[in-house]
Amino acid sequence: MTQNAENVLDHLELFRGPEYQQMLANKRALFEDPRDPAEVERVREWAKTPEYREKNFAREALTVNPAKACQPLGAVFAAVGFEGTIPFVHGSQGCVAYYRSHFSRHFKEPSSCVSSSMTEDAAVFGGLNNMIDGLANTYSMYKPKMIAVSTTCMAEVIGDDLNAFIKTAKEKGSVPADYDVPFAHTPAFVGSHVTGYDNVMKGILEHFWDGKAGTAPKLERQPNGKINFIGGFDGYTVGNLREIKRLFGLMGIDYTILGDNSDVWDTPTDGEFRMYDGGTTLTDAAEAVHAKATISMQEYCTEKTLPLIAAHGQEVAAFNHPIGVAGTDKFLMTLARIAGVEIPEALALERGRLVDAIADSSAHIHGKKFAIYGDPDLCLGLAAFLLELGAEPTHVLATNGNKAWAEKVQALFDSSPFGKNCHVYPGKDLWHMRSLLFTEPVDFLIGNTYGKYLERDTGTPLIRIGFPIFDRHHHHRYPVWGYQGGLNVLVWILDKIFDEIDKSTNVPSKTDYSFDIIR
Amino acid sequence: MSVSETESVAEIKARNKELINEVLQVYPEKTAKRRAKHLNVHEAGKSDCGVKSNLKSIPGVMTIRGCAYAGSKGVVWGPIKDMIHISHGPVGCGQYSWAARRNYYIGTTGIDTFVTMQFTSDFQEKDIVFGGDKKLAKIMDEIQVLFPLNNGISVQSECPIGLIGDDIEAVSKAKSKEYGGKTIVPVRCEGFRGVSQSLGHHVANDAIRDWVFDKVDPNAVAKFQDTPYDVAIIGDYNIGGDAWSSRILLEEMGLRVIAQWSGDGTLAELEATPKAKLNVLHCYRSMNYISRHMEEKYGIPWCEYNFFGPSKIAESLRRIASYFDDKIKEGAERVIAKYQALMDAVIAKYRPRLEGKTVMLFVGGLRPRHVIGAYEDLGMEVVGTGYEFGHNDDYQRTAQHYVKDGTLIYDDVTGYEFEKFVERIQPDLVGSGIKEKYVFQKMGVPFRQMHSWDYSGPYHGYDGFAIFARDMDMAINAPVWKMAHTPWKTASKPTLLAAE
Repeated sequence: MTQNAENVLDHLELFRGPEYQQMLANKRALFEDPRDPAEVERVREWAKTPEYREKNFAREALTVNPAKACQPLGAVFAAVGFEGTIPFVHGSQGCVAYYRSHFSRHFKEPSSCVSSSMTEDAAVFGGLNNMIDGLANTYSMYKPKMIAVSTTCMAEVIGDDLNAFIKTAKEKGSVPADYDVPFAHTPAFVGSHVTGYDNVMKGILEHFWDGKAGTAPKLERQPNGKINFIGGFDGYTVGNLREIKRLFGLMGIDYTILGDNSDVWDTPTDGEFRMYDGGTTLTDAAEAVHAKATISMQEYCTEKTLPLIAAHGQEVAAFNHPIGVAGTDKFLMTLARIAGVEIPEALALERGRLVDAIADSSAHIHGKKFAIYGDPDLCLGLAAFLLELGAEPTHVLATNGNKAWAEKVQALFDSSPFGKNCHVYPGKDLWHMRSLLFTEPVDFLIGNTYGKYLERDTGTPLIRIGFPIFDRHHHHRYPVWGYQGGLNVLVWILDKIFDEIDKSTNVPSKTDYSFDIIR
Repeated sequence: MSVSETESVAEIKARNKELINEVLQVYPEKTAKRRAKHLNVHEAGKSDCGVKSNLKSIPGVMTIRGCAYAGSKGVVWGPIKDMIHISHGPVGCGQYSWAARRNYYIGTTGIDTFVTMQFTSDFQEKDIVFGGDKKLAKIMDEIQVLFPLNNGISVQSECPIGLIGDDIEAVSKAKSKEYGGKTIVPVRCEGFRGVSQSLGHHVANDAIRDWVFDKVDPNAVAKFQDTPYDVAIIGDYNIGGDAWSSRILLEEMGLRVIAQWSGDGTLAELEATPKAKLNVLHCYRSMNYISRHMEEKYGIPWCEYNFFGPSKIAESLRRIASYFDDKIKEGAERVIAKYQALMDAVIAKYRPRLEGKTVMLFVGGLRPRHVIGAYEDLGMEVVGTGYEFGHNDDYQRTAQHYVKDGTLIYDDVTGYEFEKFVERIQPDLVGSGIKEKYVFQKMGVPFRQMHSWDYSGPYHGYDGFAIFARDMDMAINAPVWKMAHTPWKTASKPTLLAAE
């Protein structure tokens, strides 16, 4: 018997005991009708070959291990960034259970969201009654300041009309007539989670700025000096938005963050559960129309939102999740130009410190090859940073990246000698990436938690940057934006590089000579 | 905080009834009326818990429930390791359920084993407009090329499939024929069907009946010689290795486990199960359907068991043994005796640290009742429990065999109700899921996820009980809970719902 009370063994060790090993071997041999081990080995090796890669890349219908989620997830992400707002997802209820679980696993935080719980009868007759009852219940129970409605694919397929439904629900008294219920159609079969973010952000701004679905006068823009900031769908939203606020503060810029979920996903354990915390106030969301300009940190999260804002007369500027020196320089200089302020000396010092850190460490990164996957903007930000570290972003892959994105990545490669042998893969998945890592190996892989399967199969060390990160804790509390954020990313990359060097030089009387105490 | 020591049963019942009335106040009248039927205080001697169940969740209340797809792909089919399960429809469902349930297995992932992978048809607008059948057929072809060692395919329908009128059965049949009788199983588990995960379990069970059992050639050469002691483990998903720490006990008592449903399971095991002499059923809710079918069609009896905590394990081993001869009955006694010293040591170590602590549960299939015995073995008391997707037969079993007089019962609890109940009752521990975990931890209430074992486990069997005891102790007695209160602030009772 392996188990004992003094030193309780769980799954990490329990099943390695001889009784379990024998049991599992018997199970396999007698009952599983297993494949011939030689055949398994043959296919395993074959799956590493260029021939397999060719067949793998010839796929037209099957997606395996995609690095993207569906629109409604992004919808919920955007909605909880507003003060006292509960996302209300119209459609099947299981979806909402999934979004809540997904966010809770990443942020290690509660994630409140309701569903209109449509079932078979709603599929036949439409979900109007679900909307009427649902809004009334949510309003009574959770006393939100705003209910942001989005959809699942079920409601989209049957063609439910949110505008009409919400109007009817208000007429039936579910919520007061002047209560804020912005909405956005977010079909799961179009785009990805970044599209859902975009649609809801646009829906909320449209609601406040353009007459609340015909129930209020449109706001007339009276330009002021404020700057709006939109972060986009971002696994580091907690750390990043706090860093952005610090930067705006240092620069003395009057700002509004649209969709500030940095507090609701970082609430304290102090005896109180805060269903709502922080967020863009509804007043600020409305008054954001008067701002001088809006800055989007992620172009592909705001493809529809920014044109809406521009149409209201504001200057808009979009970045691609800038990470590192040049990206942050451009971001801050654009910001300073638009706001008409000087960049303070404090930030020049921070910049210098990041450059200093890169100078100290770049010898360990220079020339290393990286594979990156993630959302389109994140990939661009990371690839740009690697190039300025003298590394090569050899494979850059975004399942939700399109042709325009690929051209942008290519242009980035072309801008640096280190981008010469690098390739971009729009619309591909992590099974494609597996073939890439086998046939064109790299030194390190950057991606989310699912990358651990690639690390295991291909032996490429994984640096966890992206969303979701389920199996490491608290990284979302650190910024990756700004010079400070660049420093964090630099350290994460370096830590992995040094760990790998130590791991490959730690055999006594064999590799002692490189197991250095100073690096 | 242990209320049981300071309050009489009558007081507890009165408090719980008052609490129910209080939470109902928040609802609009129509909703209050519906929710009232799902909340009750258990009366000893009653045949069920006095709540309605398996009814539609109410829109907008924040139900904890999932959907039929979750019940089929996530629970029943997903763990079958040598088959490829296609999440058929848009990308999200497969993404959010990808490897999230910790169904442990042994195999070469991506080559002959596929559990922790996400295969999806990633529906686009054109697939909705023109239908996805052609795409599905092509997907199966591509699977055959890239994953030649797969032993079968299942098609797990997401919401749009049933709404756009796709004929996944026709595609599956045609492709099965094309690939020489390959097992290809279409499953109609669209998320809008039914009221919870539960219908998905049922649909998945029926799909095994229709597309696996009914396809097995009765004249095929047996892959193994049967014995009088062959049993199948039904309804154990091997979360954290649960089925393994159960299997070892059955084998130690002299039985031979010929199949695991479905944790670490294979198609061959599913197909061989009708040869079992007894089906032992852990999760009644998700797999009673196929057990009943095998009883009717093949005459295989089935026996429910509970492998949480030494009391229930011993009771279950004896019940299972009662279906067999003296050799097995003696085997059961031998196993119970073998682990007695371990159990005594575990209880001696942990019971003093946990004695009198109270627990509130809200979980899925079997756990709202099955784990009660394990807590009681540690001297703890379950003061509230409820099912996400239970039916009346679950509440009958709960009432007749598990809960104490005065226990608060909440079916398909809403976020609001659960918070209120915990706030007022102040249990020492809450056991529920990931969506609930952080809500209660923020309140300073210790919590364990009782779906995933909070990434620990196994909890089944004697080996599992030691881990269960350790984990409950580390949850409740973690120093962190003493720090939740800010020392320079005056003590206030935990408040909930920021809106209040």
